[in-house]
Amino acid sequence: MTGAASAQVLAVEGLKKHFPVQRGLLRRTVAHVQAVDGVSFTIGAGETLCLVGESGCGKSTVGKLILRFIEPTEGRIMLGGTDIASLDPNTMRQYRRNAQMVFQDPYASLNPRLTAGTIVGEPLENFGEMGAAEREQRVAAVLERVGLRAEAMRKYPFEFSGGQRQRLGIARALAVNPALIIADEPVSALDVSVQAQVLNLLMDLQDEFKLAYLFISHDLGVVEHIGHRIAVMYLGKIVEVAPKEALFAAALHPYTQALIDAAPLPDPRVRRERLMIEGDVPSPINPPPGCRFHTRCPFAVARCRTEEPALRETVPGRLVACHLRRNGDVGPLGRQVP
Amino acid sequence: MAVIAETPRPAPGLAGAFGKFARRNPTIVLGGALLLATALVAIFAPWIAGNDPRFMAPTNRLQPPSAQFWFGTDNLGRDIFARTVYGARISLIVGLTVAVVSVAIGLAIGLAAGYYRKLDGVVMRVMDGMMAIPAILLAIALVSLNRASVWIVIVAITIPEVPRVVRLVRSVVLTTREQPFIEAAIGGGSRDWKIILRHLLPSTVAPLVVQATYITASAILIEAALSFLGAGVPPEIPTWGNMIATSRLFLARAPWTIFFPGACLALVILAVNLVGDGLRDRLDPRLARRM
Repeated sequence: MTGAASAQVLAVEGLKKHFPVQRGLLRRTVAHVQAVDGVSFTIGAGETLCLVGESGCGKSTVGKLILRFIEPTEGRIMLGGTDIASLDPNTMRQYRRNAQMVFQDPYASLNPRLTAGTIVGEPLENFGEMGAAEREQRVAAVLERVGLRAEAMRKYPFEFSGGQRQRLGIARALAVNPALIIADEPVSALDVSVQAQVLNLLMDLQDEFKLAYLFISHDLGVVEHIGHRIAVMYLGKIVEVAPKEALFAAALHPYTQALIDAAPLPDPRVRRERLMIEGDVPSPINPPPGCRFHTRCPFAVARCRTEEPALRETVPGRLVACHLRRNGDVGPLGRQVP
Repeated sequence: MAVIAETPRPAPGLAGAFGKFARRNPTIVLGGALLLATALVAIFAPWIAGNDPRFMAPTNRLQPPSAQFWFGTDNLGRDIFARTVYGARISLIVGLTVAVVSVAIGLAIGLAAGYYRKLDGVVMRVMDGMMAIPAILLAIALVSLNRASVWIVIVAITIPEVPRVVRLVRSVVLTTREQPFIEAAIGGGSRDWKIILRHLLPSTVAPLVVQATYITASAILIEAALSFLGAGVPPEIPTWGNMIATSRLFLARAPWTIFFPGACLALVILAVNLVGDGLRDRLDPRLARRM
């Protein structure tokens, strides 16, 4: 694992986003969607932190909050030592070269009317402090680095395949030499064969440029391939953070265990014990009191319904938010008395 | 921005290229040719008309078309061909000016309202108010307050057209700004002006071109209606509208007096709409390269 020892690139502390729900003629705010409700984590240089969870758990919102595509309600976002959470838009603009995004949709994230050269060169226009000829050279170099030919800069996005388009998106993020790349489901729209190529490209680039990745995904197979540490989100909160190997070996939180068990195995003959959870994710407008997972947790006890568990380090290097976990306990989950 | 030259292709010759374009876009070429002819007629009216459009010869009144008066004469013995030729000037000036001015103003307001959400509420309520003003009533009011002139007519037609352009541009901006490539541009550190001009403006062009042709056609029609009602251009200037208005009394006796200005009006509006439809099909970015 590369993360722990190296320099910290991003530290998020108590990040919250509550979207107001407005009703009626006067747009009165009647409730708040607690999309992200107190999320904290750090990422070091050369490290990949994967943020996993179901649809609607707030993982994409976290990525957008860090880049201030939406304004955080509360919390600190330390990017290279500066809290960017409350910067005015103009100052924020200066910091954008340090953190870039690779988007989920390789079609909609590239303006169809611009050539690949213009798309990849746009961040360089804003930050590059270089002339047109120099910029073109830089674009050509970045395109070649992501596995496209330099001549591709003359083409339009529709002339590329899905995988090539995602390479363009990566080239655009890479062009200004950021310290952090936020990748929001960057391979979920691609064919499986292409997914592997793009993931390997991302990993090669990480080794070469010591990039920090926040990798947002719902696909545990992908996460197992690329991640160093994994943070599991449920209903706007992080319920578990652990190094990849440890997490897949033994999940501490029942939700994590259920997520891992829900992933299909490639061998149809293999049978295994699965932790199945039932029901739907509760509404983030009225999240359940206590532990947010207690409505679906097969092990929930009375305390889970009233007292919210804190995210705490029960095993060195591993954080979990569950009343049922005692310090040092990594055994299988069961009905335990806390 | 690196300007990248189109890869040179073997030139098929200008005539060949035009022939290919015409075969693929017959409506644009047909409509464009009609409009070009109308524009040339309007520009060179003094040379084409032959006679003075205002010269009255009561002895010659209500003459059918002949070698001397190609389109016949009206109830005051004026040459209808000359008057129709001069009438093209008013129609084209009004149509094009209204289209250009309302698109320019509407584009600026629409981009601002669509991108800066705080402006949106106020701007759109003002636009709703303007939209409620009927062009014809506004023109009658303005003409009665001022002296009748072409410019008053243009202002009166432009004012109610602007909100339609604003609505169109705003709706395109509202859908385009939700595209991830806008977030990508923000993330790439682009300023507002670059996002608006490079990423939002181009997607408004295609619908605006279509809307502009519609505005041109409707402005020409409204001008004709205003002239017909006597509330538009001063009556001494020949327009297709006031020609039709004066001729309607003699429709049974001298149908040519109404036929020629009416046919020209219909033809020009058809031409504008043909160009508009053709351009709408051509401006689709996925089809653009097939030129």
